[in-house]
Amino acid sequence: MSEDYRSMWQNLGLDLVAHDALLGVLGKFYQDIYLAQKNRPAGMQYFDFVMSEVHGLRIRELLDEKKTGRKVIGTYCVFVPEEIALAGNATMVGLCAGADFAMEEVEKILPRNTCALIKSTFGFKLGKVCPYLEASDMIVGENTCDGKKKAYESLGSLVSNLYVMDIPQMKSAQGRALLKSEYRRFKEAIEKLTGVTIDGARLKQAIEIVNNKRKAIHRLSKLRQADPAPISGLDALLANQVFFYDNPQRFTDSVNKICDELEKRVEQKQGVFPAGTPRILMSGCPMAVPNWKLPWIVETSGAVIVGEESCVGERGTRNLVNASGNTLDELMEAIIDRYFQVDCAIFTPNPDRLKHVEEMVKAYKADGVIHYGLQFCQPYLMEAIPVAKALEDRNIPTLRIETDYGMEDVGQLKTRVEAFIEMLK
Amino acid sequence: MRCAGIDIGSRAIKLVVVENGTIGEHRQVDTGYNPMAAARKLLQGLAYDRILATGYGRGQFEVDFDAPTVTEIKAHAAGARFFFPEVATVMDIGGQDSKAIAMNAAGKVVKFEMNDRCAAGTGKFLEIMAKSLGFSLEQFASQALQAEKDIQVNSMCTVFAESEVTSLVARGEDRRNIALGLHKSVVRRAAGMLRRVSIEGPVVFSGGVAKNRCMQRLMEETLQQPILTAEDPQMTGALGAAMLAGCSA
Repeated sequence: MSEDYRSMWQNLGLDLVAHDALLGVLGKFYQDIYLAQKNRPAGMQYFDFVMSEVHGLRIRELLDEKKTGRKVIGTYCVFVPEEIALAGNATMVGLCAGADFAMEEVEKILPRNTCALIKSTFGFKLGKVCPYLEASDMIVGENTCDGKKKAYESLGSLVSNLYVMDIPQMKSAQGRALLKSEYRRFKEAIEKLTGVTIDGARLKQAIEIVNNKRKAIHRLSKLRQADPAPISGLDALLANQVFFYDNPQRFTDSVNKICDELEKRVEQKQGVFPAGTPRILMSGCPMAVPNWKLPWIVETSGAVIVGEESCVGERGTRNLVNASGNTLDELMEAIIDRYFQVDCAIFTPNPDRLKHVEEMVKAYKADGVIHYGLQFCQPYLMEAIPVAKALEDRNIPTLRIETDYGMEDVGQLKTRVEAFIEMLK
Repeated sequence: MRCAGIDIGSRAIKLVVVENGTIGEHRQVDTGYNPMAAARKLLQGLAYDRILATGYGRGQFEVDFDAPTVTEIKAHAAGARFFFPEVATVMDIGGQDSKAIAMNAAGKVVKFEMNDRCAAGTGKFLEIMAKSLGFSLEQFASQALQAEKDIQVNSMCTVFAESEVTSLVARGEDRRNIALGLHKSVVRRAAGMLRRVSIEGPVVFSGGVAKNRCMQRLMEETLQQPILTAEDPQMTGALGAAMLAGCSA
């Protein structure tokens, strides 16, 4: 990394020594997990570049945008509507939450038995190693699970710009009304922050930008239905992860370019693994960068991941916003309609999720499902049991994994995953 | 053709050679601190056409010896079927893992459960508990069988259970009763895993812990099912690997 970035990081208040250590680990991890893969699409070079500059060039871009008056909104959840941020002349980014950092400091603030994702959020703040967070003008916390909801109370004392959005827990008329009032309040907060009045035209344009991003991912997902799979699950996961960080238009173009390449691969029956390789659908908790542990284990154990039923995956990108309206009200309603369908496990009951898992098994011709639950993530761990049972009743082999960001269980996990894959052959 | 199976476990490395569908030579050595050196020594002077590795050290063996691998789960299922062709359920308790395995009629694994990352409910747990009671492993089982009652030990965590045992001993409890309580706690955990994969008929008990007679008897009492154990249950995984190495076809 150039000295240029060092002064940028210093100005953002990062701990340069700790941050160097983090980038060192991240780089090694990326080398061992991503660059070690065979038969990668050439278009993945774009994502290799994005990852090599994830705390460099992308941060510089955000800071340059800020100089022109744009604002940066940092988020932790797919319920925060990017369309509204974009329409208000703000850029939305997902904040760091995929690795253990500064755990001793974290455990002074949070109970040890808190999920790795929440702990990581705090670790990146307390360790001063997330430039996205430090560059944010507004950090949006959202009341999804109890862990996050309560943790935001503590995060509020660590940052000066936390905005908390309430999220319904039931798919009822009252639930929708709550989401509607919260999205309206969010729109006003963005307007206040940026000084931009969001009108129908601005919102319509923003909806198109985000829809295009989703369409590109939908196209990518559809290509993964082919056998042999034209792209690894790891690479597709990376695209889904970068979805949260990158400039939206450039991301859309890059994913579409990869899709052009994959179409040719599918035509020529070329794949990353041979035809007939056991196909896995991953389902459960989101995987934020650099949480690649389980997909890496799966794809080095003789299987290929063909879909992610996850917030960093199809649960997060499913459904477009209906952009046919023109007035602000029509478009806001369309946004609420779209987001209210997200089948996060914080909802009760949540039958759509099981339905979607089954649909995905069929669409992606998966031979089995691996349910990934983060330790202490009550909503997904609770759902895992009935979901696994329902799938097994339909003769869909399912493996339930409960883990965290640590690497000490890799040997154990590998044995389980390999044995599961042996079962599918 | 002579097919070898090697099971690189946390405590011991086991090796079985199968020729024309019958068990030939078998060997065992402590894993120690250098498993690959121990494996190399174990293989010295052994003639075989193919070798298949299993156990936690299989990955390294694959690299060092250019040999294919299978998981312990598939290997124990295959080994158990060799001794008991009709069985559908296997409980394997080794040094650092325990696994409940369910098979279909054809012997294919259809479901399995494995202990979590710690040593709870494994041979290592029993070994440390025996030591803290001042018993050898053999005494641990035989003394537990002579207990008049069992004293429940609540902690499954090896570290917590050890301090629980220390305080029970300090209280003057009979070591045999504590030993029985410790065996029962491991059996309860194993039974729970077996019920989660569902038990069909007799259960094959494999792995080093299956040599423990107290464990065998308690399993039978708890599950109300016959418990089948091969003569050398710790060899089941290596045997299964030898069977899967591709000589039988």
